[in-house]
Amino acid sequence: MLTLFLIFWPVLATLVFFALKRQDAKKWALAASLIELAIALVMVAGFNPAGGLQFEVNYPWIRSLGINFHLAIDGISMLLVLLTTVLTPLIILSSFKHEYDNANAFYSLVLLMEMALIGVFVALDGFLFYIFWEMALIPIYFICLRWGGVNRGPVTLKFFIYTLAGSLIMLVGLLYVYFQTPGDHSFNIQALYAAGQSLPVAEQGLVFWALFLAFAVKMPIFPFHTWQPDTYYTSPTPGTMLLSGIMLKMGIYGAIRWLLPVVPAGVDAWGSTALILSVIGIVYASLLAIMQKELKRLIAYSSIAHVGLIAAGVFTLEQTGLQGAMIQMFSHGIVIVGLFFIVDIILSRTSTQEIASLGGIRNNAPVFNTVFIIILLGSVALPLTSGFVGEFLLIKSVFEYNGASGTFAALTMIFSAVYMLRSFQNTMLGESNAITSIFSDLDQHEKWVLYPIVILVILIGVYPAPLLEMTEPAVADLLNAMGRN
Amino acid sequence: MNSVFVLSGLAVISLLAEVFSFKRYLFPLVLLGLLASAVLLVFDWNAGGSHFNNMLTFDNYAIAFSIVLSATAVLWFLLARKDLEANENITDHFALILFSVVGGVFMVSYTNLAMLFMGIEVLSICLYVLAGSNFKSIFSNEAAFKYFLMGSFATGFLLFGIALVFGATSSFDLTVVAAQVADGSANTGWLYAGILMLIIGLGFKISAVPFHFWAPDVYEGAPTPVTAFMSTIVKIAAFAAFYRLFSMSFGAVAAQWVDVVQVLTILTLLVSNITAVYQHNVKRMLAYSSVSHAGYLLISLVALNDISASAILYYVAAYAAATITAFTVLHAVEGREQDAVVDTFNGLVKRNPFLSFCMAVAMLSLAGIPPMAGFFGKYYLFTTAFESGYIGLVLVAVLTSLIGIYYYFRIIIAMYLKSTEKERIVAIPAYARIVLVVTVILTLLFGIFPDLLVGLL
Repeated sequence: MLTLFLIFWPVLATLVFFALKRQDAKKWALAASLIELAIALVMVAGFNPAGGLQFEVNYPWIRSLGINFHLAIDGISMLLVLLTTVLTPLIILSSFKHEYDNANAFYSLVLLMEMALIGVFVALDGFLFYIFWEMALIPIYFICLRWGGVNRGPVTLKFFIYTLAGSLIMLVGLLYVYFQTPGDHSFNIQALYAAGQSLPVAEQGLVFWALFLAFAVKMPIFPFHTWQPDTYYTSPTPGTMLLSGIMLKMGIYGAIRWLLPVVPAGVDAWGSTALILSVIGIVYASLLAIMQKELKRLIAYSSIAHVGLIAAGVFTLEQTGLQGAMIQMFSHGIVIVGLFFIVDIILSRTSTQEIASLGGIRNNAPVFNTVFIIILLGSVALPLTSGFVGEFLLIKSVFEYNGASGTFAALTMIFSAVYMLRSFQNTMLGESNAITSIFSDLDQHEKWVLYPIVILVILIGVYPAPLLEMTEPAVADLLNAMGRN
Repeated sequence: MNSVFVLSGLAVISLLAEVFSFKRYLFPLVLLGLLASAVLLVFDWNAGGSHFNNMLTFDNYAIAFSIVLSATAVLWFLLARKDLEANENITDHFALILFSVVGGVFMVSYTNLAMLFMGIEVLSICLYVLAGSNFKSIFSNEAAFKYFLMGSFATGFLLFGIALVFGATSSFDLTVVAAQVADGSANTGWLYAGILMLIIGLGFKISAVPFHFWAPDVYEGAPTPVTAFMSTIVKIAAFAAFYRLFSMSFGAVAAQWVDVVQVLTILTLLVSNITAVYQHNVKRMLAYSSVSHAGYLLISLVALNDISASAILYYVAAYAAATITAFTVLHAVEGREQDAVVDTFNGLVKRNPFLSFCMAVAMLSLAGIPPMAGFFGKYYLFTTAFESGYIGLVLVAVLTSLIGIYYYFRIIIAMYLKSTEKERIVAIPAYARIVLVVTVILTLLFGIFPDLLVGLL
């Protein structure tokens, strides 16, 4: 019941928007997202990590095709639902300083996207998962199209077609497995697991690539990442936050829930290729990030690098790797939203995000400086920040899988230190110039966004146990479903 | 059968309205009559019988498609109201449209090849005239002439095919033909030649490639409401007729003709989608898009299994809703010359947000994006193909869907992104507003609750 409310509350809120046409759309959107967060927190409070699937909802939807409206939450989904519901109010709050024309439409799209994202994380029916997966594309497409930056027409169309290509191939793969389910076929996740595992290895390999492509485009993994930097750059900041904070987690979640247990033999055959691609992506993206001259692009490339590490951890097929992936997803989501907001603040104060033209912001905005360095260190994965917990577990797991890959993956920590600290040095430290000397410090709304992020970064870094315990039994169950452990 | 009487009666009444001067009451009368015929059809569900010596059989297939035709006709009349009012020959228009709907009903319920021919002719002749109904425009005249010539040529093939099938089986009746084909007593040489001719003749009617060359010119030249009619009702009736013939009679020798249809499908999908990318005139683009949808429908004919008919019904309903939406918006936005290009839609979101929302829903549905009905329609067709093992065909269809995104989204981008100097707020006639609300709700409703239509056939 709570799950249904969780999914449909954003839709209701959107309808209220259109009915009322409020002038203060953003306040209503913030209130709606906070209510959503409250529901999620109630669910977390009542959640029992060792209790398997909870808050289950199962209605027949399209009987003749074996499709049900089946939702449920286990540890993995709970963590991601929590991430989504925590980030959405922060994203909405961060947009307060901007006056978007037709704000009703903007905030409705943000809420609709929240609904689709939560739907992806809790769906247990293959068709329903696909529907939510595709539905998440529409709001973000329109957000980028209508309120984006230069060249947004071609860039967003490329993003849409690229992602859709991956998704359609995933549909073909899902359909293939669906037709292997016995009798009157069913899209139920357990049925798909059984059917996929019963396929011969060669066919499992084909299905692996069909499904993997969609997730690889979404995360993105090298070499399917070319849509990402331009799209993150052109999108309005809330859009970029939605994309990098939550939407890319869809890809990783998809790989964990809908790829690994469906074709385990295929994963055994091709998982190492996927891992190598991820590790290549880490190094490639990090090197590109070092060369970036603009902040938003630098953070976009750093995101590819971090996600590469998470994906590599997933494909190690070990408890450590998967749990590292889970907690790093949470940390990465929070940190990246914080980083993009910081860029947004700099952009709105100085009208530029070119590193070369900034400098010495610290002299005029010390609080901003402190917040920036803490979030940055969370990204660099300094011990005592949330990033460290995840990256340590991931690098350990990848290293156990294969020493060489582990070494290359560990390079991410060094590289991220290089480009993040260098950008910090060049924008915040040193002499302030004409543009930055009038940099005002954080105002009320900005503090409300950044302080919770800072607190979370430190809190999870010091005390990650609740999150790790939340996901541990679910990850173990998943590995069991794969026939490992 | 009662519905056929109602529709024909309506058409005759329309003609009489001119003589007896009750034109004012004609429009509400026709709407009521169409709704009444749809209701009568519902009552015949599971109980339909055959008429005229087994020439017409109102089985569930016929009833379902006739209801779709009637409902689309109702929406069409609302969409075209303003144009019809301004027209002096309103009664002739009404009569022609209603007669062609009757022809369409014949085309979905026939069980005799002669009836198929009659249905096609009744439908097509009315449309040859309607395509040229804007007699001041040279393009309309050209469209009518092209349609007439190509259509008659195609009907020639159709007749040749019917004659050959008769020669092979000595019967026009579909059930007798089916029995003869199944037990192998039909003369195979003549039968296969006949089937090929029938594929060509019917292929013209559904505008499959390479028989589609008339479609873009005719769709572009005809007045926009007539194009909407051609694009929905004619295409639905033609395809339903095609499927009915081949599933009822020639299923047993499917191995002989399925390769031909497969080639047609792949050609249709590829050529239409790629050509549509290069179109700037919106009516031409919609014409090519309509050809591509014929291609998607042909997938279920290739698959020819027990869920094909249901998939066609669903797809056709979703397609009709989205196309009517698109043409209504197009009609509201284009000027007098009816030559809208993609740029005509620039900045529509500021000039009339409701119209741009409806057009966006229509384009998304035609492109096949959830949760619009168009997505589930495509998905359902893929399911039928998978069930019969045609995975390669699904991959081609997926690829062409992606190409389709490009030209459908061009309109969305123009509406939401581009700006325009035109300050004019586009006005919508009241009836068109009703049509838009109904079709958008149907698109979303069928998309979220496909069970309303799935499993009916």
